[in-house]
Amino acid sequence: MAALKVTTSFVYLSNSHTHSRKSTLSRKRFTPMAATLTTTTVGLAETFTRLKKQGKVALIPCILAGDPDLSTTAKALKLLDSCGSDIIELGIPFCDPLGDGPVIQAASARSLARGTNFNAILSMLKDVVPQISCPISLFTYYNPIHKRGVENFMSTIRDVGIHGLMVPDIPLEETESLRKEAIKKKIEMVLFTGPTTPKDRMKAIAEASQGFVYLVSSVGVTGARTSVSDRVQTLINEIKESTTKAVAVGFGISKPEHVQQVAGWGADGVIIGSAAVKILGEAKSHQEGLRELEKFIKSLRFALP
Amino acid sequence: MAVATGSSSCCKLAKPCAFTTSNSSQSPFKLKKFTASPAKSTSIRCTIARDPVVPMEAKKESDPAPWQRPDVFGRFGRFGGKFVPETLMYALSELESALHKLADDRDFQEELSGILRDYVGRETPLYFAERLTEHYRRPNGGGPHIYLKREDLNHTGAHKINNAVGQALLAKRLGKTRIIAETGAGQHGVATATVCARFGLQCIVYMGAQDMERQALNVFRMRLLGAEVRAVHSGTATLKDATSEAIRDWVTNVETTHYILGSVAGPHPYPMMVRDFHAVIGKETRRQALEKWGGKPDVLIACVGGGSNAMGLFHEFVNDKDVRLIGVEAAGFGLDSGKHAATLSKGEVGVLHGALSYLLQDEDGQIIEPHSISAGLDYPGVGPEHSFLKDEGRAEYYNVTDDEALEAFKRSSRLEGIIPALETAHALAYLEKLCPTLADGTKVVVNFSGRGDKDVQTAIKYLQV
Repeated sequence: MAALKVTTSFVYLSNSHTHSRKSTLSRKRFTPMAATLTTTTVGLAETFTRLKKQGKVALIPCILAGDPDLSTTAKALKLLDSCGSDIIELGIPFCDPLGDGPVIQAASARSLARGTNFNAILSMLKDVVPQISCPISLFTYYNPIHKRGVENFMSTIRDVGIHGLMVPDIPLEETESLRKEAIKKKIEMVLFTGPTTPKDRMKAIAEASQGFVYLVSSVGVTGARTSVSDRVQTLINEIKESTTKAVAVGFGISKPEHVQQVAGWGADGVIIGSAAVKILGEAKSHQEGLRELEKFIKSLRFALP
Repeated sequence: MAVATGSSSCCKLAKPCAFTTSNSSQSPFKLKKFTASPAKSTSIRCTIARDPVVPMEAKKESDPAPWQRPDVFGRFGRFGGKFVPETLMYALSELESALHKLADDRDFQEELSGILRDYVGRETPLYFAERLTEHYRRPNGGGPHIYLKREDLNHTGAHKINNAVGQALLAKRLGKTRIIAETGAGQHGVATATVCARFGLQCIVYMGAQDMERQALNVFRMRLLGAEVRAVHSGTATLKDATSEAIRDWVTNVETTHYILGSVAGPHPYPMMVRDFHAVIGKETRRQALEKWGGKPDVLIACVGGGSNAMGLFHEFVNDKDVRLIGVEAAGFGLDSGKHAATLSKGEVGVLHGALSYLLQDEDGQIIEPHSISAGLDYPGVGPEHSFLKDEGRAEYYNVTDDEALEAFKRSSRLEGIIPALETAHALAYLEKLCPTLADGTKVVVNFSGRGDKDVQTAIKYLQV
């Protein structure tokens, strides 16, 4: 496997909960594995800190669990990791994704129709996360969290090695209890800000967000756009005036040109959702989907500093 | 229109604590104390809130008078709130500010009253249903007295227009020229298309593909009125999916568009606003009851899908503890069949379409597909205020099956010459169970939420007439 990332090596430490299994080591960028005792892979904020020192922009692809199936998701996670992703976002399918456009809606519907459920996703993650060197953040609507109970949910995802959480239908006002639990369980809860967010509110969001600040690039739901609005540049600057936390831009980014443009505007990370989900979910075969995904991610990687 | 501002009282409900349990029976007033840093708290408050949060003392008994319905965060107890993408938050607070201003705006109130009177045809009669009363008369000659609040006589044939008119006027004030709506049975869609025609606004209605089939008459009416009806094929292709799609449209077009949500569901301020636009139903009923029998109704009954007609009737009387409030949901093929829409009986608390409320969900928190013969009740959620009233024990919620509703559909037609909407038939059906338990002379008011012309095609399939 080609080592695509030109980074300094770092130590891969397996999740302490899996000390009973022999972890598959990622063959890229690591120095000899330390004893598998108490430490875990690096989190979101730390990843950004590291990348900033290297003058690099984070590549954050997003895929939906269970589309086309969980076994392909598992392979895709490993693939994304080896292709130079810095953080991976994994979406949990929900029946009423009201913040998502047609691509992710369709992917969620396909995944649910296959019978994907949260326990099956957890099972897959338990297996796969130890083999992945970059941190994974879960993307889920709020009801599945509420159903399980916030505390239980946070523990559960921590137990399988998840580092971050994004919940698109919970505004800042409603996140207080989630953030408390997340902090307790060392899950970084990423909050959203966007073009319609007034400045004061944006500052409060940036202050409360953990891991990084998710800047939604445009007014709308997820889905590829032909271009990224240059309003994004202004927004990035505004956020950076109020926080030193990393800012990653998502929604609508689907081409190397977009990624370059957004990085040029000062974003610390770029998030690619629907474009990646579409490639994987709508391919003629699972193998082809994975192949195309690899090509796509590599093309984005090359476009980024 | 009386708009509950929720911010003038000195007693505030604390923000509900962590959702650490999925058990739905937790009382909203037994709040765990959690310490939030005050500075942080103020920085995340909704822009229009002026007062700091003060934890409320645990209530020993349910006295409705001091209840904040809703509080400044849009909560009815623990229910409600604003669970939407960040993109919509500013539009929601803009809406809230507009509502606050309009409460004191005489011109707006007068314009609204005028339209309700001259265009919608209010006030609607409170009609003594002589033959239905006779039907429930006991052998000894006693029994309750049945009155029907005739919302079916409104322009467009249902209560929905009260809210559509109010929100259309509001949208104009906000300078929005594009209107979107979701619809189940089509009545709210028709009401929205109607007001858009009246006020010259662009209108797009989202409707589940399945619903479009069973309410074809309403689809035609909407198009005739100039609205674009967009079929929603995702999910169950019914009201829930139409609502999700409407929310997505709003997220995308929020700067130019006002979303006329059709029920007391959704994120704050919708549950409050829609209720307040329908509250005229209850206000008229109070006055009419006083005129007719010199007193108040004893029992109010209404069907509950999202819950708008019920809240419209109940709201005026919530603080009158001697008035019984009864909501009737759809039991479809029966509660045990798994094919029903009896959210308040079989649901659990969760978040759907922006509000924390009871909803029909599985162990993963995915929404369960509901079923009812009536499209307007075929919704797996329910307005948060109903969830609150249920938990407080202030209102009672029951349910009737498709078959029972069809029987009532026939009965009302035969005995009173009024064909009810299938939704309304659910409220009428519950009289069968209720009336034998009521004392002689009990005054029962049924909210006759709509007429049934739109349902004859469906009824033909099931009824031998």
